[in-house]
Amino acid sequence: MTAVTAQSLPSAATIVRETLPNGITTLIYENFAVQSVVLTGSLHGGAIYEAPHQNGLASLTAGALMRGTRRRDFSAIHSALEDIGADITVYAGAHRANFNGKSLAEDLPILIDVLADVLREPIFPTEQVERLRGEVLTGLHVRQQDTRYRAARLFSETLYPEGHPYRAPLRGTIESVSALPLDELKAFHARQYAPDGMIVVIVGAVKADEALEIVRDRFGDWQNPNQSPIATVATPPPPTETRRAFTAVPGKTQSDLVVGTIGLSRTDPDYFAALLANSVLGQFGMMGRVGASVREELGLAYYVYSQLDAGVGAGPWSVTAGVNPANVDLAIARIIDEIRRLVETPVSAEELADNQSYFIGHLPLQLESSEGIATTLHSMELYNLGLDYLLEYPNRISALTAADLQRAAQRFFNPDALVIVVAGPA
Amino acid sequence: MKQVTRHVLSNGLTVLLKEVHTTPIASWWVLYRVGSRNEPTGLTGASHWVEHMLFKGTEQFPAGTLDKAIDRLGGSWNAQTFIDYTAYFETLPAQHLELALRIEADRMINAAFDPEEVDSERTVIISERQGAENSPTFWLGEAVQAAAFRVHGYHHEIIGDMADLETMTRDDLYGHYKRYYMPNNAIAVCVGAFDTDALLKQIEAHYGAIPAGTLPKPFVRPEPEQQGERRVRVERPGGTAYLQAAYRAPAATDPDWFKLELINSLLCGPDGLGGGSIDNKTSRLYRALVERDLAASVDGSTTPTIDPFLYTIDVTVREGQSVEAVEAALDAEIDHLRNGSITEAELARAKKQARALFAYSTERVTSQAFWLAFTENIQSCAWFENYVANLEAVTLDEVKEAAARYLRPQNRTVGWFIPTESDSNQEFDMEDGE
Repeated sequence: MTAVTAQSLPSAATIVRETLPNGITTLIYENFAVQSVVLTGSLHGGAIYEAPHQNGLASLTAGALMRGTRRRDFSAIHSALEDIGADITVYAGAHRANFNGKSLAEDLPILIDVLADVLREPIFPTEQVERLRGEVLTGLHVRQQDTRYRAARLFSETLYPEGHPYRAPLRGTIESVSALPLDELKAFHARQYAPDGMIVVIVGAVKADEALEIVRDRFGDWQNPNQSPIATVATPPPPTETRRAFTAVPGKTQSDLVVGTIGLSRTDPDYFAALLANSVLGQFGMMGRVGASVREELGLAYYVYSQLDAGVGAGPWSVTAGVNPANVDLAIARIIDEIRRLVETPVSAEELADNQSYFIGHLPLQLESSEGIATTLHSMELYNLGLDYLLEYPNRISALTAADLQRAAQRFFNPDALVIVVAGPA
Repeated sequence: MKQVTRHVLSNGLTVLLKEVHTTPIASWWVLYRVGSRNEPTGLTGASHWVEHMLFKGTEQFPAGTLDKAIDRLGGSWNAQTFIDYTAYFETLPAQHLELALRIEADRMINAAFDPEEVDSERTVIISERQGAENSPTFWLGEAVQAAAFRVHGYHHEIIGDMADLETMTRDDLYGHYKRYYMPNNAIAVCVGAFDTDALLKQIEAHYGAIPAGTLPKPFVRPEPEQQGERRVRVERPGGTAYLQAAYRAPAATDPDWFKLELINSLLCGPDGLGGGSIDNKTSRLYRALVERDLAASVDGSTTPTIDPFLYTIDVTVREGQSVEAVEAALDAEIDHLRNGSITEAELARAKKQARALFAYSTERVTSQAFWLAFTENIQSCAWFENYVANLEAVTLDEVKEAAARYLRPQNRTVGWFIPTESDSNQEFDMEDGE
């Protein structure tokens, strides 16, 4: 079996973790094999804190942070970064506002200074926000022509009930983004951007104590007494019968389709069983069983795979494919066959062993880059997995049985009650 | 850090090895000196289709077995077809590297090209082209490239023309494979946690016995000099207009290539060697187009190529603006650049950006191995090792002169994508009636 040595994996022995009095948790992992540093993190600024009529507010707010602060205007923010070849991106997810950054190691103080500036003291200049709004609207118009995006949208709208936060598109709609008042961006920032519950992860060619000192210096005095309470999301009941929907996108030559249901959260006890069941269904060995059936055997699709979106709440568990419009029905039938097989028959001993071997053996590749390490450390903190999570991970995977995988598939998938959507030419 | 060592086996296989021991993995690449540039009319798309067929099995490794074998080890593998090459790689935990050597040695000569697999793959590749056709920028890029190159093999898309994808036969594809896949037309590269002497012995064991072939006559039809600006207009359903300006650019081996790389950094923001791009909101064209509410985005791209290719600038026209207004503003900014307005400070900044982006894009063993193979194909891996130094050496006068010469309107092809229908469309639900 693949040798994964404890020394090669980040753990409590090599990760430096500190929580500041204001609630910011920082994790540092030194990696002097590279010349750069990467930074990743998040805070409670996601779309679940929007009112329904404010769809897209979290996303527009996150994008507008980089448009001007009390200390730096738009040009100064971007000159500070681009002059040194550095980069910061802020974007909103469903629950969290996320940020990523990178620079040469010697420029980490500038990187964190700009990050603190944009998270803490944005001023939302009118002209800049309107320019950003125009760019976002153009992007939404472009996406209207993208069958893959349209299928994903239709899937969420058909799967999640009216009013559920996972139903609405993260970036909003052309109508909702056009209507968002500037004051609501400012108000959203004032109540959501706060140190309590914020995570900062830094990986790269920097000494941990020096990196911690920079974070303390730029974030230690941040307080926000107006932070809104942490929201949770209810898991809606799964579909009780199959629901189909179609959206026509004129002038297209390929159809995109999604077949699926509601899955589970990252902290659900069945997470690992579902993760491996998903790999069997549509990942392992060139997109798993659906890849073998739809792509290899029938040559029907350019891509087909399954995906388990397990986050803070229960995201979808789905199979996605791009096919010729003439092959849509056959591809859907094959996908449902494979879901049914996963539910009705335990996976073979060989499939189980193969997938266990993949998830354990892949760790060195996953953790090769600073980005890979930073993303993993961020998940460990966000989902409270513990600093020795990676050391325990091989045992968690090895302990799974075929019955565990089948139980997870049965718990979430009913092959006679799926949401099936298609976007493509009429 | 160890240096790259270069070896040539007796059958002509070029081997580049670089030990990196900071991570317990290794990446093995085999690159063939054949890409879409080598395809005559009737066989467009053959290189890419051959690449697909090399995943369809050999006698030793029947179709599908390797996807599982690689995943079982926690590795990854893939391939890519470009205008100048076709390349295959495996990245694996280092102790399993030998599987990669076996796979690539085997499929260098033993790919089966089973007729049924060829037919099944035809559907997949046509579907891949249709997927690309769903994107307006694919149609625009294809039309611009075809207008920019009338003679040279760079004139068609890598995926190939639909007419050829529908008619190419198994024997056409197998012939293409046999013409170009041989050790003396290949470059093998390994970067990762291995011992060079021991690995060389393994490489000799797996590849040494493969006979050298007769090198194909190079399919090179030089593109005649461009006589004035060329224009194309693509009209299709869509919701957004796009503009592409494609300037004839020098080959990567021409010292001018590095000047153009810096010019792009000033105009559109730095475009690192793959995978390491950063934002471009302080670039000249961002300020002229996006900040003035004419465009939603602007991107520039230089490509290191064997023969002179294109330097492209892509603009997404902002909702409510016209492509004419965007082009006028683009031209004004390019004229300003050509008229000697570049400063030492701007140039120094572009060089610092290049250092950072080079660091980002070369940290992983997979990308290091890729760039060594890629640059050995266009000239020598020294091109990659000297990339930052070559940019550093460019002077202000050289950049100004190159800007004036390459960014002439007579040296470009301009393409417009004009959407013909609004993006209104029906949406309806069907309750399941089954």
